Amino acid sequence: MTASAGRRTPSGPAVLALVVVLLAALPADAQQPSRPVDDQQVYEVAADLRCVVCQNLSVADSPSEMATQMRAIVRERLAAGETPAQVRQYFVERYGDWILLSPPRQGFTLVVWVAPLVAVLVGLGLVALLVRGWTRRRGPALPPVDPAMRERIRRELEREP
Amino acid sequence: MTRWWRWLLPLAAVPVLALLAYGFKLDPRDIPSPLVGRPAAPFTLTSFDGAPMTLEALRGKVVVLNFWASWCYPACYEEAPVLERGWRAYRDRGVVVLGVDIQDKEEAGRKFIRDFGLTFPNAPDPTGRVSVDYGVYGVPETFFVDRQGRIRVKHVGAVTEAVFRDTVEALLAEPAPGG
Repeated sequence: MTASAGRRTPSGPAVLALVVVLLAALPADAQQPSRPVDDQQVYEVAADLRCVVCQNLSVADSPSEMATQMRAIVRERLAAGETPAQVRQYFVERYGDWILLSPPRQGFTLVVWVAPLVAVLVGLGLVALLVRGWTRRRGPALPPVDPAMRERIRRELEREP
Repeated sequence: MTRWWRWLLPLAAVPVLALLAYGFKLDPRDIPSPLVGRPAAPFTLTSFDGAPMTLEALRGKVVVLNFWASWCYPACYEEAPVLERGWRAYRDRGVVVLGVDIQDKEEAGRKFIRDFGLTFPNAPDPTGRVSVDYGVYGVPETFFVDRQGRIRVKHVGAVTEAVFRDTVEALLAEPAPGG
């Protein structure tokens, strides 16, 4: 076992030479060596991307062939050293902001994020105005009941069976 | 006390209703492609015949790049004869039709090509890389690439005779690169 393993293991300089040759053979645009990418990283990027052939499903959650291929592309680009933001950008450049399940919080789509807050604030303001209107419309306070009348009401009530 | 707020609530609904009326009239499948006007992404695929299919070799020609699938019925079945006729009519005038079969079984793709007697180059895209590079989200989608290699028109849905002719004629009428 040890002998055969030793025979199969190339010597140090040979490994170095092999690495140099492989690095030289890499295409010019693959500057970063590939690094291990765990499923969680792929999932996080894919979860932000719309599955283009589905309705309301992310690339992470869809079993479709297209989503599977897109996950492979995400993994490959992460392995090539791209950041998650760069991978997202790759898809946005081809599909537009439409590919993102959350619209970007800038430019025109900022409206989607801000509008609900504005609506809530306007609603609260409206409620405040209404409440003020109701309280103000109530007329002057009723005159206090004089003690004689109060006494009479008490007696009338006691007479009831 | 003025009662202006009594009118405010119904009035506030008007712009919302207008927005909805506008939104419901839009076609949700009609998504503007950011690729129009940009250089067409280079790719190299191997055609069903085993020949390399690449865009770079076609600079100076008008390229009609069609993404299809054998399961895409009826749109792909409607446009296949249109594309074949267009290819035959325009190939001598510097127009190339390329087909990319996506998310398909190879045998089904071959049968589709046989059934329609397609003679323009067709290649499968088994990894989906070319489809994603072109932002394809369904089939059929067709890209018209000008002689400078830029995507000029993206057509979603079956290509009709009129769309093919008008787009290709317009791109042919432009001056060739470098002259």
